Amino acid sequence: MSLSRRAFLTQTGLIGCSLAASPLVTPVSFAATPGENRLIVIILRGGMDGMGVVTPYGDPNYAALRGALPFDGPQGAIDLDGFFALHPALAPLMPMWQAGQLAFAHAVSTPYRDKRSHFDGQDILEAGISDLSQGLSRDGWLNRMLQHYPGVTTETAYAVGRDALMVLNGAAPVLRWSPNADLALSPQALRLAEIVMAEDPAMAAALAKAYDLADSDGDPIAVEGGMDEMMAMVRQDMKGAAQGRTETRVAKFVADRLSAEARVAAFSLNGWDTHNGQARSLPRALGRLAQTLLALQADMAPGVWDRTAIVAMTEFGRTARMNGTKGTDHGTGGAMLMAGGAIRGGRVFTDWPGLSEADLFDRRDLMPTSDVRRYAGWLMPGLFGLSHGMVEGAVFPGVDLGADPGLLA
Amino acid sequence: MRFDPVLAEIRFGCGLSPFVPAPESVEALLAGLTAPDVVAERFPVETFEAFLPRVREVGRLRQIRRANRGTAEDDDAREAIQRLNQAARVESFKWMAAHIARRVETTAPLRERMAFFWADHFTATGKDSVLRRASSPYLESAIRPNMTGTFEDLLFEAVTHPLMVHYLDQAFSMGPNSQRAKVKKGRGLNENLAREVLELHTLGVDGPYTQTDVTELAELFTGLTHNFQKQGRAFNPNLSEPGTQTILGKTYGPDGAMRDIRRVLRDLARHPATARHIARKLAVHFVSDTPDPALVDDLTAVYRDTGGELMPLYRALLTHPASWDTDQPNVKQPFDFVTSALRALAVPPEVYLPLPERRFRVLFERPMVGMGHVWDKPDGPDGLPEEDSAWITPQGLAARLQWSMIVPQQLVPDLPDPRDFVRQALGRRATATLEFAAAAAESRADGIGIVLASPAFQRM
Repeated sequence: MSLSRRAFLTQTGLIGCSLAASPLVTPVSFAATPGENRLIVIILRGGMDGMGVVTPYGDPNYAALRGALPFDGPQGAIDLDGFFALHPALAPLMPMWQAGQLAFAHAVSTPYRDKRSHFDGQDILEAGISDLSQGLSRDGWLNRMLQHYPGVTTETAYAVGRDALMVLNGAAPVLRWSPNADLALSPQALRLAEIVMAEDPAMAAALAKAYDLADSDGDPIAVEGGMDEMMAMVRQDMKGAAQGRTETRVAKFVADRLSAEARVAAFSLNGWDTHNGQARSLPRALGRLAQTLLALQADMAPGVWDRTAIVAMTEFGRTARMNGTKGTDHGTGGAMLMAGGAIRGGRVFTDWPGLSEADLFDRRDLMPTSDVRRYAGWLMPGLFGLSHGMVEGAVFPGVDLGADPGLLA
Repeated sequence: MRFDPVLAEIRFGCGLSPFVPAPESVEALLAGLTAPDVVAERFPVETFEAFLPRVREVGRLRQIRRANRGTAEDDDAREAIQRLNQAARVESFKWMAAHIARRVETTAPLRERMAFFWADHFTATGKDSVLRRASSPYLESAIRPNMTGTFEDLLFEAVTHPLMVHYLDQAFSMGPNSQRAKVKKGRGLNENLAREVLELHTLGVDGPYTQTDVTELAELFTGLTHNFQKQGRAFNPNLSEPGTQTILGKTYGPDGAMRDIRRVLRDLARHPATARHIARKLAVHFVSDTPDPALVDDLTAVYRDTGGELMPLYRALLTHPASWDTDQPNVKQPFDFVTSALRALAVPPEVYLPLPERRFRVLFERPMVGMGHVWDKPDGPDGLPEEDSAWITPQGLAARLQWSMIVPQQLVPDLPDPRDFVRQALGRRATATLEFAAAAAESRADGIGIVLASPAFQRM
């Protein structure tokens, strides 16, 4: 028998489908919210310091690891629940927290252990598999979820940005678009391109979609000013992309698409690899995350935010102690963020492991007590009607979903 | 259909050039593969052997860091590593420029295409520090000199190469009963390389192997590792699983070490499933996503009859009538497209070789990311997609169109007349509609851009 991972996943997928269709199995309420719910996955590349973002200041061993947490003044942490405190750079999200639309899961990680490589860690995070000892799967978990999404179309899912976003690789159709990969052409060139592409149906269809997307993402594609202006626009886009100031454009684009036909989107935010001077670098990354979430909320059509769940996850947490350069090194357990009107928030979900020397993983990292895949996985039945068997068998093969944490409002 | 110089240069070469004549015959195309490698001399890419000192230096500095945590020596070493990473990054774009120049200038275009075909079949890259820039040196040392012998030799060179061993996690895989496993509890076998060898490199995903074959092959591979401090290739008996292993019904070992690895790779290379897998991949890559089954059958037969001799296989590909079908032509991959555009415009190497990194990346590397090819950063060991649908996407096509319209003018101040260029770049393949559009453009830049972005130029 041939043993391909693809074939394996397809097979388990088929089993999942037929079970769901079987009258002997309790039907999942596909009809409850037919196709109106949204899921946004944000990959935080670089390894977010969960302890620095949602700080367990109430743990008796915390101060010994990182010093007493200041609460006063504009740079002071914001108490969440008497045990955890929020980093001040996320203060703009406090209204979301108070509205019960922002939550965190803490002491969580992927199943990745020991080597602490970004490359492998992100591969495991996006593949949604348990380890790399059998190599990498060719597809990502979000694409596998789409393969079980009822009535998936070419407009259902978007991979946004220049990032490869392996999490969306796979057999289900995914549109890829970067608002920064903009088109800027003379009006006549646009028309001539349409004329020549008309001789090739596949290219004509792709071009029509490209015009449609490029025109809807903030600035027009027809440029009257000639070559210099065109080059300047393209250079500006590239510069923006290189300097990471693209997040509000990405957020606006995602909000627009999800307000239309799209239901699933993924993009990534970089800048979490805070080895040095974390007091400067972490707030920058958090500021971008906060602006992204606020822009998503603000730019969605009325009612859409209430049907939206956002999950932001990273490849690993960072060391419990600060290092010699006022930063943190690659670790294990960390935090993930959930937001949106569909989330029952205002809570930090955790089975807190403690921070004494013996509680730490390898005596250096926050001990993970739960799997990020559990939280992402528990969103799927409620949002899209996937059965637990589909999630545990096909989307995240081998994961144990455990008890329902009650993530959805 | 039969050999045609224009289609030969477009489909099996690097695209039409106003200065380099198209190949006159199959023999001429094949001869280029074994002729002296003139463009490699003119436009050098660092060999892996020459690259190794960069890796060694990073290793030495890391030792200093470990021994001096939190001190000034630690800081100095960290900064020195950053400088080495930066230098390797800058060089990696020089090598990309050299690959472009080879394609634009070569009179042996099939060699350039084959080098990329096999480098993609045996995709390998580094996962940290300077090794992330080692893909071009790997291509130069492990692939390019080994494309005209037998598949089994190429397979052995690629699979046992230190970069592949590093990339597919073979380096620290240890047999469950190895000497090392007795000391290092909780560590053990890693099947990654073994699985990819069966699934990607030899038998193919539908090949006749089982999970047991994967595990046994992984056990046979234990001991295969790397030593970047020495010559790179290495075998460590302490990691090696004792006893024999059985793969596809054949037994290997005990303790044959590298000899057994060579034997099993030879047997896998000669397996009929491998013959079909390689035949099909060549046909799909060079001719069409849906090649004529007769082409795949005939290539498979040649592979089997010759035991995987590559030159007869290439000859069979080039002489087969179905290889010249133009019903369902492939779309050029981004690097094929960009380089064939430069070749059609005869952009002199002096224009792009000396460009500073930032400018070079704005003109070439970043646009190619938009087209879907991230240079030196493969999505996975299966390399670039072969299917056209992966390339003809809204974003990918927009990036091709935008590049076509603005970059040529940055490189060639006096662009040719689009009405001449359309014929010169495409020969008889230019359609009436395209000729009209090229003439109707309101600027030379737009006219050249329309020709380059057109289906006739995008397909091969």
